[in-house]
Amino acid sequence: MTEKNVAPSIEGWFTTGDTPHLIGTQCKTCQTYFFPKQDLFCKNPACRSTEFDEVELSRTGKIWSYTEHYYRPPEPYISGDDFEPYTIAAVELDKEKMVILGQVANGVAHADLTTGLAMEIVVETLYEEEDTERTVWKWKPVTD
Amino acid sequence: MAKEVAILGVGMHPWGKWGKNFVEYGIKACNDALDDAGLEWNDIEVVAGAETVRNGYAGYVAGATFAEALGWSGARVSTSYAACASGAQAINNARAMILADMADVILVVGADTTPKGFLAPNAGERWADPDWLRFRLMGCTNPTYFALYARRRMDLYGATEEDFAAVKVKNAKHGMANPYARYHKEFTLEQVLESPMVADPLRLFEICATSDGAAAVVICSMEYARKHNVDPVKIRAVSTITPTYPQTTIDMPYFSTDSAAAVEEPALSFKDSIAQAAYEEAGLGPEDMSLAEVYDLSSALELDWYENIGLCPKGDAEKLLRDGATQIGGRIPVNPSGGLASFGEAVPAQALAQVCELTWQLRGQAGDRQVEGATAGITANVGLFGHGSSVICSV
Repeated sequence: MTEKNVAPSIEGWFTTGDTPHLIGTQCKTCQTYFFPKQDLFCKNPACRSTEFDEVELSRTGKIWSYTEHYYRPPEPYISGDDFEPYTIAAVELDKEKMVILGQVANGVAHADLTTGLAMEIVVETLYEEEDTERTVWKWKPVTD
Repeated sequence: MAKEVAILGVGMHPWGKWGKNFVEYGIKACNDALDDAGLEWNDIEVVAGAETVRNGYAGYVAGATFAEALGWSGARVSTSYAACASGAQAINNARAMILADMADVILVVGADTTPKGFLAPNAGERWADPDWLRFRLMGCTNPTYFALYARRRMDLYGATEEDFAAVKVKNAKHGMANPYARYHKEFTLEQVLESPMVADPLRLFEICATSDGAAAVVICSMEYARKHNVDPVKIRAVSTITPTYPQTTIDMPYFSTDSAAAVEEPALSFKDSIAQAAYEEAGLGPEDMSLAEVYDLSSALELDWYENIGLCPKGDAEKLLRDGATQIGGRIPVNPSGGLASFGEAVPAQALAQVCELTWQLRGQAGDRQVEGATAGITANVGLFGHGSSVICSV
């Protein structure tokens, strides 16, 4: 059996490797952060900048809230025949002072989570195509 | 304070899954509202429609669709879309025309026919649309967001699953007395808590369904009401504000909040500011309210609204509920209509239905669900993509 290719489910939203990051932008004028990337106009109402730096966002934060889903969501979510409940967390980044959603890593039980728990970004498979595994960012409890 | 406009008539088509064209529901609501106002269709100068996006072109041009269906009369039309807040936007546009002396009497109407199951994004590959991407990349449904708010109440304020279930029990009981509600069934706490988990901690009976339905409101200038010898219920405020940057509460359909790193977050959250703007416009406060109709998309979300509309401080909503303050007969009944728990959501009609309920309550015409001695009430709701919606009415 040949190994499948591994590719992100969406281009340019996250880095991969041992210490993956979400990729955001930061306004060159007012320093505000954006995720997903904002690179046309600044959303700070007091700033008209159109120039941004692409930045790697902090890869850790604390849980704002979380939930586990027991039903298969509608398309365009892609789920196989063997649907399993999945968990979603909203995690607040300290430095960027923003909350970002993501699924929770495979194998982490909903019962192990609590508001305020430290989490980090990992990259895992979201769904599989015939010859490609499509990946996405997920949140995972920080282990020392 | 804003100038007042009068509510001359209200009408609804019962909520349900009737499988008919939305126009049929809307016409029934329009005719009931006209009868209630003592007017004929030809008396109406403007039709302000709330749009439905699930019924093709006729839904996109709802104002014209109803003007044509009632019979072209030369009336002006407008159509508003603000997701769940569409009805409030339509009322606000109608009110603005009256206050600008462009019209004296306006028919506002919203109606919907809905599909089964979870609301899903529009079809196709739409990689620039956050509403499509949240489903594709995370399986993030509307109940995801409701569940995040619910879990946060549990972890921060000690809310319990029993509290959430008690909201459903209360609203289902209220809805028993409402002929326009879709569901007329009482629930016990156990029945709610035994229903299947959908998005932990929320269960099937705690998440609002989608429904067919229609609501219409005839509004007019105070002079017009006086000429018709009516002492009307008055619209004191319509808040259709958007968030103030940075919006730091995660909200449908977004992946993230705004960042508060460079710009300090505003003193009031978006949902707090919606009601605050309405109170300021009305020159009234939460203490003046006799009842409230709030958007209980989930049972737990109703508790957030108690705080957002100023009925109690943050973290005290569970106590207000447990004390029975928000049931009919309590200090400040919330969702005496039965709320979304008894109706399910008919998007463009729902904010109008909230105003119909205030009107009946303030006239003392709410039958077995009457809030005794009601003198003022508030509605509250948020439409997807930053649409605030709050209407204050008084006798």
